[in-house]
Amino acid sequence: MLRWLVWRDLTLAWRRRADMLSTVFFFVIVVSLFPLGIGPETQLLRTIAPGVVWVAALLASMLSLGRLFANDYQDGTLEQLLLTPQPLFLVVLGKTLAHWIVAEVPLVLIAPLVGVQFDLRRETLWILFASLLLGTPILSLIGSVGAALTLGLRGGGVLISILVLPLYIPALIFGAGAVEASIMGTSPSPHLSLLGAFAIVSLLFSPWATAAALRISLE
Amino acid sequence: MLQSARRTTKILAVSKLGCVRGDRRLFSGLDFAVSPGTFVQLTGPNGSGKTSLLRILCGLLPPAEGQVTWNDANIRALAEEYVAVVTYLGHRHGIKDELSAVENLRITNALNGVEVSKERAHEVLGKMGLAGRESLPARLLSEGQRRRVALARLLVCDTKLWLLDEVLTSLDKTAVGLVRSLIENHLNSGGIAIVATHQELELTTGRTRRLELTT
Repeated sequence: MLRWLVWRDLTLAWRRRADMLSTVFFFVIVVSLFPLGIGPETQLLRTIAPGVVWVAALLASMLSLGRLFANDYQDGTLEQLLLTPQPLFLVVLGKTLAHWIVAEVPLVLIAPLVGVQFDLRRETLWILFASLLLGTPILSLIGSVGAALTLGLRGGGVLISILVLPLYIPALIFGAGAVEASIMGTSPSPHLSLLGAFAIVSLLFSPWATAAALRISLE
Repeated sequence: MLQSARRTTKILAVSKLGCVRGDRRLFSGLDFAVSPGTFVQLTGPNGSGKTSLLRILCGLLPPAEGQVTWNDANIRALAEEYVAVVTYLGHRHGIKDELSAVENLRITNALNGVEVSKERAHEVLGKMGLAGRESLPARLLSEGQRRRVALARLLVCDTKLWLLDEVLTSLDKTAVGLVRSLIENHLNSGGIAIVATHQELELTTGRTRRLELTT
Protein backbone atom coordinates (compact mmCIF):
# COMPACT_ATOMS: atom_id res chain seq x y z
CA MET A 1 0.00 0.00 0.00
CA LEU A 2 2.82 2.38 0.96
CA ARG A 3 4.44 1.51 -2.37
CA TRP A 4 1.30 2.62 -4.25
CA LEU A 5 1.07 5.86 -2.32
CA VAL A 6 4.70 6.80 -2.94
CA TRP A 7 4.38 5.79 -6.59
CA ARG A 8 1.23 7.90 -6.90
CA ASP A 9 2.90 10.98 -5.44
CA LEU A 10 6.00 10.55 -7.57
CA THR A 11 3.86 10.18 -10.71
CA LEU A 12 1.91 13.30 -9.80
CA ALA A 13 5.13 15.21 -9.17
CA TRP A 14 6.53 14.06 -12.51
CA ARG A 15 3.41 15.26 -14.32
CA ARG A 16 3.80 18.62 -12.59
CA ARG A 17 7.56 18.87 -13.03
CA ALA A 18 7.44 22.66 -13.15
CA ASP A 19 6.65 22.77 -9.42
CA MET A 20 9.58 20.52 -8.64
CA LEU A 21 11.99 22.46 -10.87
CA SER A 22 10.98 25.82 -9.41
CA THR A 23 12.12 24.66 -5.95
CA VAL A 24 15.50 23.58 -7.32
CA PHE A 25 15.96 26.79 -9.30
CA PHE A 26 15.04 28.86 -6.28
CA PHE A 27 17.71 27.08 -4.25
CA VAL A 28 20.38 27.46 -6.93
CA ILE A 29 19.61 31.13 -7.50
CA VAL A 30 19.51 32.11 -3.82
CA VAL A 31 22.81 30.36 -3.14
CA SER A 32 24.42 31.92 -6.26
CA LEU A 33 23.36 35.46 -5.38
CA PHE A 34 25.78 35.60 -2.43
CA PRO A 35 29.06 35.08 -4.30
CA LEU A 36 27.84 37.48 -6.97
CA GLY A 37 26.94 40.11 -4.40
CA ILE A 38 30.03 39.77 -2.25
CA GLY A 39 32.63 39.42 -4.95
CA PRO A 40 35.74 37.25 -5.07
CA GLU A 41 36.68 37.43 -1.39
CA THR A 42 37.35 33.74 -0.89
CA GLN A 43 37.93 33.91 2.85
CA LEU A 44 34.60 35.60 3.53
CA LEU A 45 32.76 33.31 1.09
CA ARG A 46 34.16 30.23 2.80
CA THR A 47 33.00 31.53 6.18
CA ILE A 48 29.41 32.21 5.12
CA ALA A 49 29.03 29.16 2.85
CA PRO A 50 27.56 26.67 5.39
CA GLY A 51 24.94 29.10 6.66
CA VAL A 52 23.96 30.34 3.21
CA VAL A 53 23.52 26.91 1.68
CA TRP A 54 21.55 25.63 4.66
CA VAL A 55 19.29 28.66 4.94
CA ALA A 56 18.61 28.46 1.20
CA ALA A 57 17.67 24.78 1.64
CA LEU A 58 15.24 25.67 4.46
CA LEU A 59 13.59 28.40 2.39
CA ALA A 60 13.39 26.20 -0.71
CA SER A 61 11.64 23.47 1.25
CA MET A 62 9.13 26.08 2.50
CA LEU A 63 8.12 26.59 -1.14
CA SER A 64 7.10 22.98 -1.62
CA LEU A 65 5.55 22.29 1.80
CA GLY A 66 2.37 24.18 0.99
CA ARG A 67 1.61 21.64 -1.72
CA LEU A 68 2.23 18.59 0.45
CA PHE A 69 -1.42 18.12 1.43
CA ALA A 70 -3.18 21.09 -0.19
CA ASN A 71 -3.71 19.52 -3.63
CA ASP A 72 -5.07 16.31 -2.17
CA TYR A 73 -7.28 18.33 0.15
CA GLN A 74 -8.82 20.31 -2.69
CA ASP A 75 -9.82 17.40 -4.90
CA GLY A 76 -11.06 15.21 -2.06
CA THR A 77 -8.36 12.54 -2.32
CA LEU A 78 -7.09 13.39 1.16
CA GLU A 79 -10.49 12.40 2.59
CA GLN A 80 -10.18 9.12 0.75
CA LEU A 81 -6.65 8.63 2.11
CA LEU A 82 -7.97 9.10 5.64
CA LEU A 83 -10.55 6.43 4.92
CA THR A 84 -8.08 3.76 3.84
CA PRO A 85 -7.82 0.77 6.16
CA GLN A 86 -4.32 1.41 7.47
CA PRO A 87 -2.96 3.52 10.28
CA LEU A 88 -2.92 7.16 9.26
CA PHE A 89 0.68 7.65 10.33
CA LEU A 90 1.73 5.19 7.60
CA VAL A 91 -0.13 7.25 4.99
CA VAL A 92 1.59 10.36 6.34
CA LEU A 93 4.95 8.63 6.28
CA GLY A 94 4.40 7.61 2.65
CA LYS A 95 3.49 11.14 1.60
CA THR A 96 6.42 12.61 3.54
CA LEU A 97 8.82 10.15 1.93
CA ALA A 98 7.52 11.13 -1.51
CA HIS A 99 7.90 14.80 -0.61
CA TRP A 100 11.48 14.23 0.48
CA ILE A 101 12.32 12.44 -2.79
CA VAL A 102 10.65 15.08 -4.94
CA ALA A 103 11.54 18.30 -3.15
CA GLU A 104 14.64 17.63 -1.06
CA VAL A 105 16.76 15.02 -2.84
CA PRO A 106 17.36 17.29 -5.86
CA LEU A 107 18.67 19.97 -3.46
CA VAL A 108 20.98 17.47 -1.76
CA LEU A 109 22.35 16.35 -5.13
CA ILE A 110 22.91 19.83 -6.49
CA ALA A 111 24.32 21.35 -3.27
CA PRO A 112 27.95 20.19 -3.80
CA LEU A 113 27.82 21.77 -7.25
CA VAL A 114 26.62 25.17 -6.03
CA GLY A 115 29.03 24.87 -3.09
CA VAL A 116 31.93 25.14 -5.55
CA GLN A 117 31.12 28.85 -5.91
CA PHE A 118 32.17 29.35 -2.30
CA ASP A 119 35.66 27.96 -2.85
CA LEU A 120 35.07 24.93 -0.61
CA ARG A 121 37.50 22.01 -0.67
CA ARG A 122 36.41 18.61 -1.90
CA GLU A 123 36.13 17.06 1.61
CA THR A 124 33.99 19.99 2.73
CA LEU A 125 31.70 19.55 -0.26
CA TRP A 126 31.24 15.93 0.76
CA ILE A 127 30.39 16.97 4.31
CA LEU A 128 27.89 19.50 2.91
CA PHE A 129 26.31 16.69 0.93
CA ALA A 130 26.22 14.37 3.95
CA SER A 131 24.78 17.01 6.29
CA LEU A 132 22.00 17.82 3.83
CA LEU A 133 21.31 14.14 3.25
CA LEU A 134 20.85 13.65 6.99
CA GLY A 135 19.13 16.95 7.59
CA THR A 136 16.59 17.26 4.77
CA PRO A 137 14.40 14.37 6.03
CA ILE A 138 13.96 16.52 9.17
CA LEU A 139 12.71 19.36 6.98
CA SER A 140 10.12 17.11 5.31
CA LEU A 141 9.04 15.46 8.57
CA ILE A 142 8.63 18.58 10.69
CA GLY A 143 7.32 20.51 7.71
CA SER A 144 4.52 17.98 7.25
CA VAL A 145 3.17 18.86 10.71
CA GLY A 146 3.00 22.52 9.73
CA ALA A 147 1.46 21.66 6.36
CA ALA A 148 -1.25 19.58 8.04
CA LEU A 149 -2.00 22.26 10.65
CA THR A 150 -2.37 25.06 8.10
CA LEU A 151 -4.45 22.99 5.68
CA GLY A 152 -7.38 24.91 4.23
CA LEU A 153 -6.44 28.16 5.95
CA ARG A 154 -6.18 31.42 4.07
CA GLY A 155 -2.62 32.72 4.00
CA GLY A 156 -1.41 29.25 4.95
CA GLY A 157 1.86 29.80 3.10
CA VAL A 158 3.07 32.53 5.46
CA LEU A 159 1.67 30.84 8.53
CA ILE A 160 3.50 27.62 7.71
CA SER A 161 6.83 29.50 7.60
CA ILE A 162 6.16 31.10 10.98
CA LEU A 163 5.23 27.74 12.48
CA VAL A 164 7.89 25.57 10.98
CA LEU A 165 11.03 27.69 10.50
CA PRO A 166 11.71 28.02 14.27
CA LEU A 167 11.50 24.25 14.56
CA TYR A 168 14.14 23.91 11.86
CA ILE A 169 16.71 25.79 13.96
CA PRO A 170 18.40 22.70 15.50
CA ALA A 171 18.80 21.17 12.03
CA LEU A 172 20.25 24.44 10.76
CA ILE A 173 22.71 24.75 13.65
CA PHE A 174 24.05 21.19 13.46
CA GLY A 175 23.92 20.98 9.67
CA ALA A 176 25.78 24.23 9.12
CA GLY A 177 27.99 23.38 12.11
CA ALA A 178 29.20 20.18 10.46
CA VAL A 179 30.25 22.02 7.31
CA GLU A 180 31.89 24.76 9.35
CA ALA A 181 33.85 22.21 11.37
CA SER A 182 35.09 20.69 8.13
CA ILE A 183 36.22 24.11 6.88
CA MET A 184 38.06 24.73 10.15
CA GLY A 185 39.75 21.35 9.82
CA THR A 186 38.09 19.78 12.88
CA SER A 187 35.95 16.66 12.88
CA PRO A 188 32.37 17.20 11.71
CA SER A 189 31.17 13.90 13.15
CA PRO A 190 29.73 15.23 16.47
CA HIS A 191 27.50 17.62 14.50
CA LEU A 192 26.48 14.89 12.08
CA SER A 193 25.66 12.52 14.97
CA LEU A 194 23.44 15.13 16.58
CA LEU A 195 21.80 15.83 13.23
CA GLY A 196 21.14 12.09 12.83
CA ALA A 197 19.69 11.91 16.32
CA PHE A 198 17.40 14.83 15.57
CA ALA A 199 16.31 13.10 12.35
CA ILE A 200 15.41 9.94 14.27
CA VAL A 201 13.44 11.88 16.88
CA SER A 202 11.47 13.72 14.21
CA LEU A 203 10.85 10.42 12.40
CA LEU A 204 9.41 8.99 15.61
CA PHE A 205 7.15 11.88 16.53
CA SER A 206 6.15 13.97 13.55
CA PRO A 207 4.07 11.35 11.63
CA TRP A 208 1.79 11.04 14.66
CA ALA A 209 1.52 14.78 15.09
CA THR A 210 0.80 15.18 11.37
CA ALA A 211 -1.85 12.44 11.48
CA ALA A 212 -3.58 14.13 14.42
CA ALA A 213 -3.41 17.53 12.70
CA LEU A 214 -4.90 16.06 9.51
CA ARG A 215 -7.83 14.58 11.40
CA ILE A 216 -8.56 17.98 12.93
CA SER A 217 -8.18 19.79 9.60
CA LEU A 218 -10.61 17.43 7.88
CA GLU A 219 -13.37 17.47 10.47
CA MET B 1 -36.96 7.11 12.84
CA LEU B 2 -36.35 3.79 11.16
CA GLN B 3 -37.59 0.94 13.26
CA SER B 4 -37.93 -2.74 12.54
CA ALA B 5 -38.99 -5.75 14.57
CA ARG B 6 -35.89 -7.91 14.07
CA ARG B 7 -33.21 -6.26 16.14
CA THR B 8 -30.60 -8.94 15.61
CA THR B 9 -30.08 -8.17 11.93
CA LYS B 10 -29.27 -4.52 12.50
CA ILE B 11 -25.62 -3.99 11.89
CA LEU B 12 -25.40 -0.22 11.61
CA ALA B 13 -27.06 1.66 14.44
CA VAL B 14 -27.13 5.30 15.36
CA SER B 15 -28.24 6.45 18.78
CA LYS B 16 -28.95 9.95 20.06
CA LEU B 17 -26.70 11.36 17.39
CA GLY B 18 -26.19 15.10 17.40
CA CYS B 19 -24.14 17.31 15.12
CA VAL B 20 -22.93 20.84 15.66
CA ARG B 21 -21.13 22.79 12.94
CA GLY B 22 -19.70 26.12 14.05
CA ASP B 23 -22.31 27.39 16.50
CA ARG B 24 -25.27 25.88 14.65
CA ARG B 25 -26.93 22.67 15.73
CA LEU B 26 -27.76 20.72 12.58
CA PHE B 27 -29.60 17.82 14.18
CA SER B 28 -29.83 16.11 17.53
CA GLY B 29 -31.33 12.98 19.05
CA LEU B 30 -31.12 11.09 15.76
CA ASP B 31 -31.90 7.38 16.22
CA PHE B 32 -32.04 4.74 13.54
CA ALA B 33 -30.78 1.27 12.71
CA VAL B 34 -30.17 -0.33 9.36
CA SER B 35 -30.12 -4.01 8.42
CA PRO B 36 -28.34 -5.61 5.43
CA GLY B 37 -30.08 -5.18 2.09
CA THR B 38 -31.40 -1.75 2.93
CA PHE B 39 -31.26 1.39 0.88
CA VAL B 40 -31.53 4.58 2.87
CA GLN B 41 -32.39 7.68 0.92
CA LEU B 42 -31.25 10.71 2.84
CA THR B 43 -33.17 13.83 1.91
CA GLY B 44 -33.55 17.32 3.27
CA PRO B 45 -33.02 20.92 2.22
CA ASN B 46 -29.56 22.38 1.65
CA GLY B 47 -27.70 22.85 4.89
CA SER B 48 -29.80 20.35 6.83
CA GLY B 49 -26.76 18.22 7.61
CA LYS B 50 -26.84 15.43 5.04
CA THR B 51 -23.15 15.66 4.28
CA SER B 52 -22.29 16.03 7.97
CA LEU B 53 -24.32 12.91 8.80
CA LEU B 54 -22.52 10.92 6.11
CA ARG B 55 -19.16 12.20 7.33
CA ILE B 56 -20.07 11.15 10.86
CA LEU B 57 -21.15 7.73 9.59
CA CYS B 58 -17.84 7.17 7.79
CA GLY B 59 -15.85 8.36 10.78
CA LEU B 60 -14.32 11.53 9.33
CA LEU B 61 -16.28 13.75 11.70
CA PRO B 62 -16.65 12.93 15.39
CA PRO B 63 -20.28 13.35 16.50
CA ALA B 64 -21.02 16.14 19.00
CA GLU B 65 -23.12 13.68 20.98
CA GLY B 66 -24.38 10.10 20.70
CA GLN B 67 -22.68 7.29 18.86
CA VAL B 68 -22.61 5.17 15.75
CA THR B 69 -22.22 1.42 16.19
CA TRP B 70 -21.36 -1.32 13.73
CA ASN B 71 -22.23 -4.81 14.98
CA ASP B 72 -22.72 -3.28 18.45
CA ALA B 73 -19.22 -1.82 18.58
CA ASN B 74 -18.59 1.91 18.46
CA ILE B 75 -17.06 2.83 15.10
CA ARG B 76 -14.51 5.12 16.75
CA ALA B 77 -13.18 2.13 18.68
CA LEU B 78 -13.17 -0.10 15.58
CA ALA B 79 -11.18 2.51 13.61
CA GLU B 80 -9.41 0.81 10.67
CA GLU B 81 -11.50 -2.34 11.03
CA TYR B 82 -14.62 -0.29 10.34
CA VAL B 83 -13.05 1.79 7.58
CA ALA B 84 -12.30 -1.47 5.74
CA VAL B 85 -16.03 -2.22 5.32
CA VAL B 86 -17.02 1.28 4.21
CA THR B 87 -16.84 3.05 0.87
CA TYR B 88 -17.50 6.78 1.05
CA LEU B 89 -17.86 8.93 -2.03
CA GLY B 90 -18.05 12.62 -1.23
CA HIS B 91 -19.26 15.41 -3.45
CA ARG B 92 -15.63 16.17 -4.19
CA HIS B 93 -14.93 13.01 -6.16
CA GLY B 94 -11.39 12.31 -5.09
CA ILE B 95 -10.16 12.10 -8.67
CA LYS B 96 -6.65 13.29 -9.48
CA ASP B 97 -6.63 15.57 -12.54
CA GLU B 98 -3.14 14.54 -13.61
CA LEU B 99 -3.84 10.82 -13.54
CA SER B 100 -5.79 8.89 -16.17
CA ALA B 101 -9.07 7.15 -15.37
CA VAL B 102 -7.32 3.78 -15.17
CA GLU B 103 -4.61 5.10 -12.86
CA ASN B 104 -7.16 6.82 -10.65
CA LEU B 105 -9.20 3.64 -10.31
CA ARG B 106 -6.23 1.35 -9.71
CA ILE B 107 -4.54 3.61 -7.19
CA THR B 108 -7.65 4.36 -5.14
CA ASN B 109 -8.42 0.67 -4.91
CA ALA B 110 -4.85 -0.37 -4.16
CA LEU B 111 -4.79 2.11 -1.29
CA ASN B 112 -7.92 0.42 0.01
CA GLY B 113 -6.29 -2.98 -0.24
CA VAL B 114 -7.91 -4.14 -3.50
CA GLU B 115 -5.43 -4.65 -6.33
CA VAL B 116 -7.07 -4.17 -9.72
CA SER B 117 -5.28 -5.35 -12.85
CA LYS B 118 -5.06 -3.05 -15.89
CA GLU B 119 -7.40 -5.32 -17.88
CA ARG B 120 -9.99 -5.35 -15.11
CA ALA B 121 -9.76 -1.56 -14.78
CA HIS B 122 -10.41 -1.16 -18.53
CA GLU B 123 -13.33 -3.55 -18.33
CA VAL B 124 -14.87 -1.75 -15.36
CA LEU B 125 -14.47 1.69 -16.91
CA GLY B 126 -16.01 0.32 -20.10
CA LYS B 127 -19.05 -0.71 -18.09
CA MET B 128 -19.27 2.81 -16.72
CA GLY B 129 -19.44 4.10 -20.29
CA LEU B 130 -15.91 5.44 -20.43
CA ALA B 131 -14.57 3.13 -23.15
CA GLY B 132 -11.91 4.87 -25.23
CA ARG B 133 -11.25 7.51 -22.58
CA GLU B 134 -9.51 5.32 -20.03
CA SER B 135 -6.07 6.72 -20.68
CA LEU B 136 -6.90 10.41 -20.89
CA PRO B 137 -5.83 12.58 -17.96
CA ALA B 138 -8.91 13.14 -15.81
CA ARG B 139 -8.72 16.92 -16.28
CA LEU B 140 -9.77 16.41 -19.92
CA LEU B 141 -12.92 14.57 -18.87
CA SER B 142 -16.24 16.30 -18.30
CA GLU B 143 -17.69 16.67 -14.82
CA GLY B 144 -20.10 13.78 -15.38
CA GLN B 145 -17.34 11.55 -16.73
CA ARG B 146 -15.17 12.27 -13.70
CA ARG B 147 -18.09 11.35 -11.51
CA ARG B 148 -18.33 8.07 -13.45
CA VAL B 149 -14.65 7.36 -12.80
CA ALA B 150 -15.28 7.85 -9.08
CA LEU B 151 -18.34 5.60 -9.24
CA ALA B 152 -16.40 2.88 -11.07
CA ARG B 153 -14.86 2.14 -7.70
CA LEU B 154 -18.18 0.73 -6.54
CA LEU B 155 -17.88 -2.04 -9.14
CA VAL B 156 -14.63 -3.39 -7.76
CA CYS B 157 -14.80 -2.74 -4.03
CA ASP B 158 -16.24 -5.44 -1.80
CA THR B 159 -17.30 -3.24 1.11
CA LYS B 160 -20.53 -3.72 2.97
CA LEU B 161 -21.57 -0.14 3.61
CA TRP B 162 -21.76 2.48 0.89
CA LEU B 163 -22.08 6.13 1.85
CA LEU B 164 -22.74 8.21 -1.23
CA ASP B 165 -23.03 11.98 -1.06
CA GLU B 166 -24.86 13.68 -3.96
CA VAL B 167 -23.48 11.15 -6.42
CA LEU B 168 -26.18 11.81 -8.98
CA THR B 169 -25.15 15.42 -9.56
CA SER B 170 -24.10 16.05 -13.17
CA LEU B 171 -24.90 12.50 -14.24
CA ASP B 172 -27.02 11.85 -17.34
CA LYS B 173 -30.00 9.48 -17.46
CA THR B 174 -27.97 6.43 -18.52
CA ALA B 175 -25.50 6.99 -15.71
CA VAL B 176 -28.27 7.37 -13.14
CA GLY B 177 -29.61 4.04 -14.41
CA LEU B 178 -26.15 2.54 -13.97
CA VAL B 179 -25.92 3.80 -10.41
CA ARG B 180 -29.38 2.40 -9.67
CA SER B 181 -28.40 -1.07 -10.90
CA LEU B 182 -25.10 -0.86 -8.98
CA ILE B 183 -26.99 -0.15 -5.77
CA GLU B 184 -29.54 -2.90 -6.51
CA ASN B 185 -26.76 -5.48 -6.95
CA HIS B 186 -25.14 -4.25 -3.76
CA LEU B 187 -28.40 -4.66 -1.81
CA ASN B 188 -28.97 -8.12 -3.26
CA SER B 189 -25.62 -9.24 -1.93
CA GLY B 190 -26.52 -8.04 1.54
CA GLY B 191 -24.98 -4.60 1.44
CA ILE B 192 -26.23 -1.31 2.81
CA ALA B 193 -26.34 1.91 0.83
CA ILE B 194 -26.97 5.30 2.37
CA VAL B 195 -27.36 7.91 -0.33
CA ALA B 196 -27.87 11.64 0.09
CA THR B 197 -29.71 12.90 -2.94
CA HIS B 198 -32.36 15.32 -4.13
CA GLN B 199 -33.31 13.05 -7.02
CA GLU B 200 -35.63 10.09 -6.55
CA LEU B 201 -34.00 6.68 -7.01
CA GLU B 202 -36.76 4.12 -7.49
CA LEU B 203 -35.21 0.75 -6.70
CA THR B 204 -36.86 -2.51 -7.67
CA THR B 205 -35.20 -4.68 -5.01
CA GLY B 206 -34.29 -4.39 -1.35
CA ARG B 207 -35.96 -2.30 1.31
CA THR B 208 -36.03 1.42 0.75
CA ARG B 209 -36.09 3.73 3.73
CA ARG B 210 -36.39 7.45 3.64
CA LEU B 211 -34.68 9.59 6.21
CA GLU B 212 -35.54 13.25 6.07
CA LEU B 213 -33.48 15.85 7.85
CA THR B 214 -35.13 19.16 8.57
CA THR B 215 -33.58 22.51 9.30
